[in-house]
Formats: sequence, structure tokens, C-alpha cells
Amino acid sequence: MADHAHTETIDLRVQFDTAEQQKDCSTLGMWIFLITEIMFFGGMFAAYTIYRQMYSEVFAIASTSLNAKIGAFNTCVLLLSSFTMVMAVRSGQLGKQKAIIFWLILTLIFGSAFLGVKAIEWNEKFVEHHIPGQAVFHLEGVPQSEQGHAQLFFSLYFAMTGLHALHMVVGAGMLVWLLFQARKGIFTAKYFTPIDVGGLYWHFVDIIWIFLFPLLYLIDRHLKV
Amino acid sequence: MSDHSQEHPIDSVKTYALVLATLLFLTILTTAVAYVDLGVFSTVIALAIACTKMLLVALFFMHIRHSTKLTRLVVVGGLLWLAILLFMTLTDFATRTWIGVPGR
Repeated sequence: MADHAHTETIDLRVQFDTAEQQKDCSTLGMWIFLITEIMFFGGMFAAYTIYRQMYSEVFAIASTSLNAKIGAFNTCVLLLSSFTMVMAVRSGQLGKQKAIIFWLILTLIFGSAFLGVKAIEWNEKFVEHHIPGQAVFHLEGVPQSEQGHAQLFFSLYFAMTGLHALHMVVGAGMLVWLLFQARKGIFTAKYFTPIDVGGLYWHFVDIIWIFLFPLLYLIDRHLKV
Repeated sequence: MSDHSQEHPIDSVKTYALVLATLLFLTILTTAVAYVDLGVFSTVIALAIACTKMLLVALFFMHIRHSTKLTRLVVVGGLLWLAILLFMTLTDFATRTWIGVPGR
């Protein structure tokens, strides 16, 4: 029998035998949450796949109306933020408190930059009258009878990128909280679990975008060349 | 358990930088390839590149490379559920028009 009578510390709560076990437990719990998130986004990806199949011509025109270069740039910004996030986790592993704060701030900057670019893109949709549900909605090159299907594309576009952006906002809130915790100096090489599982969340949101970008912006691009 | 560094090795900055460089390269590649007409393979290649990027992020940035067998099993299990969701939904929509339905 393991000795459960140890004194409770932040890196070893009473219900765990070892710090290792506690850390593995947190990681596993986070992954199970992320899987519920995968299923959540999975439904939207399924809907997008089916409607793209049903109204492929209209979806191709709508998809190519998006700005692929801005999309690619924003993907790079998000990948950079994932790199800075993993560097924050690495600083946690090494117990370098100042480095943790430095990398977390950089991650927050790149994350905010992504959201800023996204806001500019969404604003363009308003200017171009590509907002589903608007009376003035009109997608150029699509016959009047098919405008409803074009609205469907933009409904999915806003739902998927909007939900992704919401996750980014939550992630930014998490980064701010981590920064406050890091400033208190509670993270050491022995205990940096919040940064670690926070990193898992941040990278997960990155992976969602890795799929959103080609599916929304790119795959019909060759038809218009 | 005694050898902690063996359980959770710390990756070098060089490793992470190389992964980042590869990810950025793949982003530019997928954008460039999208303008080339490859027919149905445009989608296939875009998704193949996206899956490669996902694997890089998951294995290196999310430390699946160093994680426990149980965590790996849970991750693969999760992807399996996603596959069921996508596959079963698509079998329905793909085959609906095969048989005539009265009243449609």
C-alpha cells in the first residue's frame, strides 16, 4: 500500500501517490475535454462537408470570394503563437519564471493579432454584403435562385470561424489568468500543470484552424484560375 | 518513477523551431498548391497537408510523443469517434438518392 498520509502540497495533493501520477491525471482529464471539443466541432465539419457536396458550384464561388492570402498570413500568426506557447511550457519544465511570463505575453500578442485580422476579414464581409440573413445579401456570379445556398456557405463560415474565434477569446482569458499566476511565482519545475494543460487547449484551437483554413479558403481555389 | 527526466524529457528549442519552420512551410505550400488545378486531388492534397500539420502539432507541441499509453489510447479513441460521426453521416447522405422514396 502506498503511504497516503503525506502532507498536501500544490504539486502533490492527498489523493495522489506521486506528483507524476497527479500530472498524468491532469493531462488525461484535459485530453478527455478536448475530445468533447473535437466532437463539437466535428458536427460542424460534417455539416460543411455535406452542404459543400450538395451545392458544390455555389460553395466554390463563395469560397473563392474569401481572401486566401490574409487567411494564410493569419494561419502563420496562429502557428507562431503555438510555438511561443510551447516555449512557455518548456520554460515551466525548466522552472524559469521570467521566461514563462515572456513567452505567455508573446502568445497573447500573437493570439490577439489573429483575432484582429479576423475582425478585419469579417468587416470586409459586411462591406461586400456577404452577411447571411441580410436583406441586401448578394454574392456576385451566383444566380438569384441560388443566393440562398450562398447564404448557407456564409452561415457555416461565420458559425465555424466565429466559434473558433470564441475559443481564441477564452484562450486569451486563460493566458491572462496564467500570467497573473506566473507573476505570483507559483510555477516551478515541479509544478507547472496549468501552463501545460493550458498549452494543450491552445494547440487544440490551433489544430481546428489548421483544418478550417484549407476547407473554407482553399479547396475550390483552382476552379477559378 | 525514480527517473523523472526519463518520464518527461524536455525537448530542445531547436526541435520546436524546426517544427515551427515545417508548419510555416506547409502553410505556404498548401496555399500555393491550391491555385494549381489538380481536379479532385486538390481536396485530397489540402487535407493530407492539414493532417500532417495536425500530427506535428499533436506529437511535438502537445507532447503526445512523450505521453503515457493511456493518454495516447484516449486520443486515438477520440479520433475514432470523430471518424464514426463523419463516416456514418456521409453514408446516409451519399446513399439517400439510390432508392426512390415515395412522396419525394
